[in-house]
Amino acid sequence: SRYLIFFPVYSKNLLCWTLQIKPRVFNEYRAMWFKSCRMTFSYVNRMKKCRYPWTRLYSTSHTTVDSSEIKTFLVLAHKWWDEQGVYAPLHSMNDLRVPFIRDNLLKTIPNHQPGKPLSGMKILDVGCGGGLLTEPLGRLGASVIGIDPVDENIKTAQRHKSFDPVLDKRIEYRACSLEEIVEETAETFDAVVASEVVEHVIDLETFLQCCCQVLKPSGSLFITTINKTQLSYALGIIFSEQIAGIVPKGTHTWEKFVSPEKLESILEPNGLSVQTVAGMLYNPFSGYWHWSENTSINYAAHAVKSRVQEHPVPAESVLTEETEELRANVHTSPGVHEELKR
Amino acid sequence: AAAQGSTMAARLSVCRWGAAPAAVHRGPLVSWWRCSSTLADTVYDVVVSGGGLVGAAMACALGHDIHFRDKKILLLEAGPKKVMERLPETYSNRVSSISPGSATLLSSFGAWDHICKMRYRAFRRMQVWDACSEALIMFDKDNFDDMGYIVENDVIMHALTKQLEAVSDRVTVRYRSKAVGYTWPCPFPMTDSSPWVHITLGDGSTLQTKLLIGADGHNSGVRQAAGIQNVSWNYDQSAVVATLYLSEATENNVAWQRFLPSGPIALLPLSDTLSSLVWSTSHEHAAELVSMDEEKFVDAINSAFWSDANHTDFINSTGTALQYAIALLKPTKVSARQLPPSVARVDAKSRVLFPLGLGHAAEYVRPRVALIGDAAHRVHPLAGQGVNMGFGDISSLVHHLSTAAFNGRDLGSMSHLTGYETDRQRHNTALLAATDLLKRLYSTSATPLVLLRTWGLQATNALSPLKEQIMAFASK
Repeated sequence: SRYLIFFPVYSKNLLCWTLQIKPRVFNEYRAMWFKSCRMTFSYVNRMKKCRYPWTRLYSTSHTTVDSSEIKTFLVLAHKWWDEQGVYAPLHSMNDLRVPFIRDNLLKTIPNHQPGKPLSGMKILDVGCGGGLLTEPLGRLGASVIGIDPVDENIKTAQRHKSFDPVLDKRIEYRACSLEEIVEETAETFDAVVASEVVEHVIDLETFLQCCCQVLKPSGSLFITTINKTQLSYALGIIFSEQIAGIVPKGTHTWEKFVSPEKLESILEPNGLSVQTVAGMLYNPFSGYWHWSENTSINYAAHAVKSRVQEHPVPAESVLTEETEELRANVHTSPGVHEELKR
Repeated sequence: AAAQGSTMAARLSVCRWGAAPAAVHRGPLVSWWRCSSTLADTVYDVVVSGGGLVGAAMACALGHDIHFRDKKILLLEAGPKKVMERLPETYSNRVSSISPGSATLLSSFGAWDHICKMRYRAFRRMQVWDACSEALIMFDKDNFDDMGYIVENDVIMHALTKQLEAVSDRVTVRYRSKAVGYTWPCPFPMTDSSPWVHITLGDGSTLQTKLLIGADGHNSGVRQAAGIQNVSWNYDQSAVVATLYLSEATENNVAWQRFLPSGPIALLPLSDTLSSLVWSTSHEHAAELVSMDEEKFVDAINSAFWSDANHTDFINSTGTALQYAIALLKPTKVSARQLPPSVARVDAKSRVLFPLGLGHAAEYVRPRVALIGDAAHRVHPLAGQGVNMGFGDISSLVHHLSTAAFNGRDLGSMSHLTGYETDRQRHNTALLAATDLLKRLYSTSATPLVLLRTWGLQATNALSPLKEQIMAFASK
């Protein structure tokens, strides 16, 4: 009842707030728009300056970003930091994904600094949204670059981190797609995080190739996403979007969901070996996530890039060479031949 | 049930801000969004308001926590820094009963070592008995474990100050500074307003924090500024404290407490020859006790512990009958009554009185705010739990915050603060209710109630499992 009584006061304040703040917001928007234009031009310039244009997998016209999905997220851009709002499940997913990323990365650091265990690590957060996962990783000491194709998301993220002087230094946000930075950041990152992203991209194979390209050798790729099963259709779309309204309508398209097998089939040829696939379950009543054996709805995956960059073609020839060598050996030494026969 | 609980919690967290509009009317509206201009202020991760035993221990515990190595902590203390060059000869009259659980907390950040090097007294037994009957309860540890420790507050404070100095790179202590104004973040997650708590100090300087911990006592300014409701009442009692010299040197390892109709009187061991007095009684009587001459005061104490003037034959005979019945059912010896030491004289100028009350905050947390110690709960000293409840709050809050920090969480987020609240309210409300009930039950000499409590105490004393439960709860 207390809430009801005070509600009119709230809305009045909100109104005042909106009225007062508007001119500044507007100016900011304008400034941001100019900035983004400048950025786009600088990208074009950089593209021209590219020394090896053939190594670039795609031009900006061939993007993995789905423009229809951008609209869905644009509408909700200002709601990112409401812990009880539409993105509440993403807030609480941090309880699982932050320790998942942290612990897997800590295995690679022999003695980490207490208080900021991930210091010295460079992480790329692809599809960072409002920075929900970027900020925790920054707090753990990592220097993080968060990218998102939705301009509004980046603005929200930028604004939110600017209040924290420590995060302001550790985090950098850019409104761009992964393909746009793959060139300048090749083999830059110790870890690439694509959390709840791969189910939104158009060309998954290209997207994952890009992830691989920006990773340092033996760097880690972390992916959390939704499996492509009947259960995930029933729960992920029909229940979450249509019935319970946990996730805004139109957030997901089942056709774009990715199974762990599909993921692995793309990652392995790119020199990324999948280390862990762990199921995640969301309890809509408690609002908490739990680890689970069952990967049929949500899951998290950790893949590691091979130490030495393999070249796709030689891989096969090495194999044939080896067998030939073996055959040759077999022919030259009858003893071995005998052994093999037995 | 768990699901229901969490939806309730969600709903509560929405309603929590019900009181916020009141603050809006009080303060200028502008203060909500002036934030962008004050970015130059220092942003702390945690600010602890109030540098008493609980506040200083909180800052100390966070400063020594491994996951807080990279955090900025500030402790605000209104008073000056107390420097103890060397241990004074005379004992201070302000002492605390420290439970083993509190001692564990203090040793977790090295403060207990300093206390051990200075001065403390362990007690192994506790005898509580009624002035209106023969009923008594004796708590003792068979395995020679300590039941608790009597430590002077100055000694604890000195140990905490030393340990705070050890982590001065993380924990800043500002003495003689007091927060005079708090500006809370906008309850709606607006991207353009500062998400931190803004604090204005007495000298006009301002600072910001991600989490504000109110450890500013039972008249907590933080609690009032946050608009958190507080249930409280004053008891019709004041406590008189004093340092007492015993007639002869004894082992002195027992804490004594007798319930007089006017209130409980307790004698806590300080050394072989010294004990500390805590006598809760009516305001008038307390004033009289403090002002009477020393000899009369000592006589009053001795007769309070020894007199049988409140006994009635009826109660005595029924009590004896139950005692006899228990002896039949349970032939093993039920711990026998022991006699408290007699007091010879009182340390000059050690007599002080302070009023007693009960208080409990309806909420311990709000977004970016947490209350600990007396700011959240004030209790009657009869169970010796006041500071232990505060230290228990610290253990719980540090545990939740440390996990949050290691998970890269925003420290002021409600998701882990509510965890602290749930943990502690469960424990504290039970203790508060029990203490209040005991106080009321023993404040009367009406025969039916005396009979009830006599039997209750005798039965509890006979049931060792129940006694062990009580001891386990009180030693947390």
